[in-house]
Amino acid sequence: MAAAAPAHEVRNMLVNIGPSHPAMHGVIRLIAELDGEKVVKVEAEIGYLHRAFEKSAENSSWTQVMPYTDRLNYVSPLINNFGYCAAVEKLLGIETTERCKYIRVVMSEVSRITDHLTCIAASAMEMGAMTVFLYFMKAREFLYEIVEDVTGARLTISYGRIGGVKGDIPQNLGEKLEAALKKVEKELSEVDRLLTRNRIWVDRTRDIGILTREDAISYAVTGPMARASGVDYDVRKAHPYFVYDRMDFEVPLGEKGDNYDRYLVRMEEMRQSIRIIRQAMREMPGGPVAVDSRGQAIESFDLVDAAKMGRTAGFVDVLTTVEPTLSGMERPFHDRVMPQDRRVVLPSKDDTYSNIEGLMNHFKLIMDYHGICPPQGDTYFAVEGANGELGFYVVSDGKDRPYRVRVRPPCFFNMAILHKLLEGYMVADIIATFGSINMIAGELDR
Amino acid sequence: MSSATSEGPGFITTKLEQAVGWARKFSIFQYPFVTACCGMEYMSAGASHYDFDRFGAGLPRFSPRQADVLFVVGTISHKIAPVLRMVYDQMCEPKWVIAFGVCTCTGGFYDNYATVQGIDTIIPVDIYIPGCPPRPEAVLDGIMKLQTRIQNQKQAL
Repeated sequence: MAAAAPAHEVRNMLVNIGPSHPAMHGVIRLIAELDGEKVVKVEAEIGYLHRAFEKSAENSSWTQVMPYTDRLNYVSPLINNFGYCAAVEKLLGIETTERCKYIRVVMSEVSRITDHLTCIAASAMEMGAMTVFLYFMKAREFLYEIVEDVTGARLTISYGRIGGVKGDIPQNLGEKLEAALKKVEKELSEVDRLLTRNRIWVDRTRDIGILTREDAISYAVTGPMARASGVDYDVRKAHPYFVYDRMDFEVPLGEKGDNYDRYLVRMEEMRQSIRIIRQAMREMPGGPVAVDSRGQAIESFDLVDAAKMGRTAGFVDVLTTVEPTLSGMERPFHDRVMPQDRRVVLPSKDDTYSNIEGLMNHFKLIMDYHGICPPQGDTYFAVEGANGELGFYVVSDGKDRPYRVRVRPPCFFNMAILHKLLEGYMVADIIATFGSINMIAGELDR
Repeated sequence: MSSATSEGPGFITTKLEQAVGWARKFSIFQYPFVTACCGMEYMSAGASHYDFDRFGAGLPRFSPRQADVLFVVGTISHKIAPVLRMVYDQMCEPKWVIAFGVCTCTGGFYDNYATVQGIDTIIPVDIYIPGCPPRPEAVLDGIMKLQTRIQNQKQAL
């Protein structure tokens, strides 16, 4: 009676992970084909956070695109801002001031640290290391306070302006920044002690999700992910912009390209970023902050009231004061961070409020169809975003609205290779590997 | 209590409805439906600086069956809208919804073909927290407003 085993078909199991899954960051869906616990095949479905960046950019003026760029990579919005600004500046053929370049470098690096902190915090939390999450969120909070001091907002800052930045940095920023960096360094070394030689962490990340050097290059992967695989490419070194060529820093490289290397590269990049910030703050040129001595300053609204009644005698060079919320945008500070180019740069607030030339200049730049109008043409400019090469391809048809703003999002290329990093490993490694990629849906789906 | 001395154990009187409301408002198990930028401020509000665990809302549950409050955090595009609706439908009564950030309240400045213009076109919303993204203080204010609402509503017993 030798019973032949009932003929049944052995099939692989399909598991759907996401889009509403805590480790998928809410907006991505992985369809994994499993043979037992082994991952055979993975397909990623993206597009759950498509917010029509390009369409919105077509419908706004060149300056109004700025808030949309904040929300591309919302973990490091300052880098996005400056990348877009630099692309439009290249199109316009203008150069910003020295001081502004240093401010951009400092703020980009602050943003890069917040991004790496968030990435490691989130991926550690997903693997069960809640303490790391709390420590790094604390560290990020110290940096958010700095960002708020400089830009007025914590996250979506819109601090970049075509030609410069919104306003000069506060005068006591140096000490505050140094204090914050010290605290961040403390958290870094604390987490370093918690994770780097932690048996569980090493077991979950070592030799998992290996990305070879060849694959990284052929899939156009950039940033910490490519550097962990040994690809020595950093836009800051390869095509230096702002003042990165004057900064002394190293680009950490990994050997294997596994999750552990990606973690180590991110940790080291944060330390290098702190190094860059310190140098840039030290070398930042002051530039003249002319203390105007043309008489008593008056409130701008008093001046406007007087002018309404025709009492304009002696108003030619009068100095006005503006509200404290506009601090950093007064004329002396404004001139330090903005180039003298009336086609592009809004006049300082005291000029806008106190003389007709400033007011007209302001209106010309603000009004529809009169704003910044770059010459016809297109250009590409890339900066080193927190995830890799963040490029902006801008096309102008000579009008005050962009014809097209195309973004090269680093995440998109990192996600394209995800299946190679997951296939052949265990199902539990999906979370660990996906966390180490640092997928940011805002720039992935745009 | 039989003892009339002032040292003895005292007692309080309350209505059952109020007692249930009091208990419910301090045990908010939330389902974070995090999609976009607001997630960063959500993380900040949950971490040690702001810490909404102080309001009894510290434990996120990633199963809709275990959650009381649905936090919709971030832009809801038309592609993810059915998922949001499904998660809401799977939650057990009593349930509440917090619209976190202006994208969930009205669509925000994403006035375009891809974005749902306010999640209240899909699911009922109890508390709107505007801001792009809202500061953690605003989030805490929203949670306290939700607590008041939970306390004062008619409790399904």
